Amino acid sequence: MTFNYDEYVRTETIPHMWCPGCGIGIVMKSIIRAFTALKWDKNDIAFVSGIGCTSRMPGYMDMNTLHTTHGRALAFATGIKLAHPEKHVVVVGGDGDATAIGGNHLIHAARRNIDITLIINDNAIYGMTGGQYSPTTPPHMIASTAPYGMVEPNFDIAKLVMGAGATYVARETISKGIMLEKYIKTGLAHKGFSVIVAESTCPIQFGRRNRLADPVELMHWLKNRGVPKTKAAGMAPEELQDRFVTGELFRDDSRPEFTEVYQQVIDAAMKKENK
Amino acid sequence: MSKRMELYSGNELVAEAAIAAGCRFFGGYPITPSSEIAERMSKFLPQVGGRFIQMEDEIASMGAIIGASLAGEKSMTATSGPGFSLKQENLGFAMIAEVPCVIVNVMRGGPSTGLPTAPSQSDVMQARWGTHGDHPVIALAPSYMREIFDETVRAFNLAEKYRMPVILLLDEVIAHLHEGVALPESDEIEIVNRKKPTVSREEYEPYADTKDHVPPMANFFEGYRYHVTGLSHNPKGLPSTDFEVVHAIQVRRQKKITEHLDDILKWEERSMEDAEIAIIAYGSIGRSATDAVEHLRAEGVKIGLFRPLTLWPFPEKRVAEIARQVKRIFVPEMNLGQLVLEVERMAKGDAEVIGINQVGGVMIRPREIVSRVKEVA
Ligand SMILES: Cc1ncc(C[n+]2csc(CCOP(=O)(O)OP(=O)(O)O)c2C)c(N)n1
Repeated sequence: MTFNYDEYVRTETIPHMWCPGCGIGIVMKSIIRAFTALKWDKNDIAFVSGIGCTSRMPGYMDMNTLHTTHGRALAFATGIKLAHPEKHVVVVGGDGDATAIGGNHLIHAARRNIDITLIINDNAIYGMTGGQYSPTTPPHMIASTAPYGMVEPNFDIAKLVMGAGATYVARETISKGIMLEKYIKTGLAHKGFSVIVAESTCPIQFGRRNRLADPVELMHWLKNRGVPKTKAAGMAPEELQDRFVTGELFRDDSRPEFTEVYQQVIDAAMKKENK
Repeated sequence: MSKRMELYSGNELVAEAAIAAGCRFFGGYPITPSSEIAERMSKFLPQVGGRFIQMEDEIASMGAIIGASLAGEKSMTATSGPGFSLKQENLGFAMIAEVPCVIVNVMRGGPSTGLPTAPSQSDVMQARWGTHGDHPVIALAPSYMREIFDETVRAFNLAEKYRMPVILLLDEVIAHLHEGVALPESDEIEIVNRKKPTVSREEYEPYADTKDHVPPMANFFEGYRYHVTGLSHNPKGLPSTDFEVVHAIQVRRQKKITEHLDDILKWEERSMEDAEIAIIAYGSIGRSATDAVEHLRAEGVKIGLFRPLTLWPFPEKRVAEIARQVKRIFVPEMNLGQLVLEVERMAKGDAEVIGINQVGGVMIRPREIVSRVKEVA
């Protein structure tokens, strides 16, 4: 039986605006499959994004959807979560949205360990604005603002959010949809700030500039850059240069979650006030 | 019956009033001279089951209050010049997405870091045009302690009623001034809540035109599952680039203000009946102007005061009438001439308009207004 995605989709908004061969569809499908597996009621989900191609995803999803300003999705999501700690708050964004303009909000959401799940579609480029370089454009690759090749070092997003305090961190390429779905599902169910980095493709803005215009070829290139966690453990740092580690990279269930801690503040303050 | 007099600063009153108006969420970032508002909210909100968060910056604070409001909580943030600048993009989001919220800007000397601890009124035009694109604005500017309380409550009510952000402009003088004030009992405070949809989810159009041009607002998690975006959108809330759809919705948002001026505009007049000269002043300078008018009247000068509490929308019609009545209008402001431009625009040459301007971080005192009026006369 084929999987029915329609339950969580505003079918009247399809066809979508993404280019042929774009990786975002795989990420969206993985998210929907994870929602389905968890049997989440769509009335109880707030699905929030910033600006960019990836951030157009909420428009297509049948739930409480919010398409905010560039980089600020986590800030809006923090307000929603604090207003309704018992509801599910999920954020999606591109690598630029989440780590460049949104970098400050990213580290602070992680530091608070607020119960929000962030899924980053890391296509290593600014897709929507025409292929400018992002904090994750690999070294030497061509971008519309890096005509001589990328000269800035990259963020390792997983390490960044681990260092900042996220309590569930996973990364997988979109070539492994089943694994991606599994990590998203675990992240959604995790109480605390969870980040799933979906290493993804943009054949039009990234591929074409880098002799990887063919979506399948680009997918192979991406897949080969990923190194599973177990394999990476036995590799020298030089061997891991310009590659990324995949798998469930970090999990800590012991750190308190922010809205629960704040609830204790409320309970104590109300008791004192009513005495 | 009102409670007995108690001592409050302007900033403290904003927090008192916000909670009385039903505010249950505050997101902020510390900045002088507004920080006491955040400090008080951090203490009082949890006592009433509300939530406070100190965000990582003002951009995030503005985003957080929009998120909380969409999820159903009356929300507020408070800041000053530099922070108000940072909030502008998300303020525009609240306008296009029609999300009720209150933004307090305690004005200090600018531009940039300027005079952090000294007053100004130099964000009047920023309050009107600070965010990009055409947009309706409501901005209120109280002068007195009890007015700060009442106007804060009114800011929440207008935000809920017209589904939009409302800006409350204080200045450092009244924000830090402590005075005795008698606050109303809770049953004396009128509270307005956002209008909710009564139709089914299928029929619900969060951005459709209605008789009052303010479409009902469903909160998140109430089963309506609609889309909220900063892109131009259709009545359903989905992105649209259709010329007619986009134009119509822009015009409708403007009508929320232009067709409810009687409800939104508020001002005080003193001795205007036979006035041949008028002073138009607001905020702390509204108080100096009140004293100046009293002083000049005692000397026999036929002078009156027009003190707008609603700065935006500007009370155009009344100011035009005043210009036809008097020969001269003085506009004292702690800036290099901002509201005076609106006054000139409405006076259309019917009266001479003279600004009294000071930007050194010192309040314009009554005697400075008096001597300027006499100088010209
Ligand atoms: C404040 C602001 N600055 C810049 C932009 C322009 N802009 C729109 S999307 C985008 C980047 C998109 O790249 P990314 O976040 O990686 O997402 P993608 O489109 O690749 O999914 C930029 C710079 C904007 N909308 N707002």
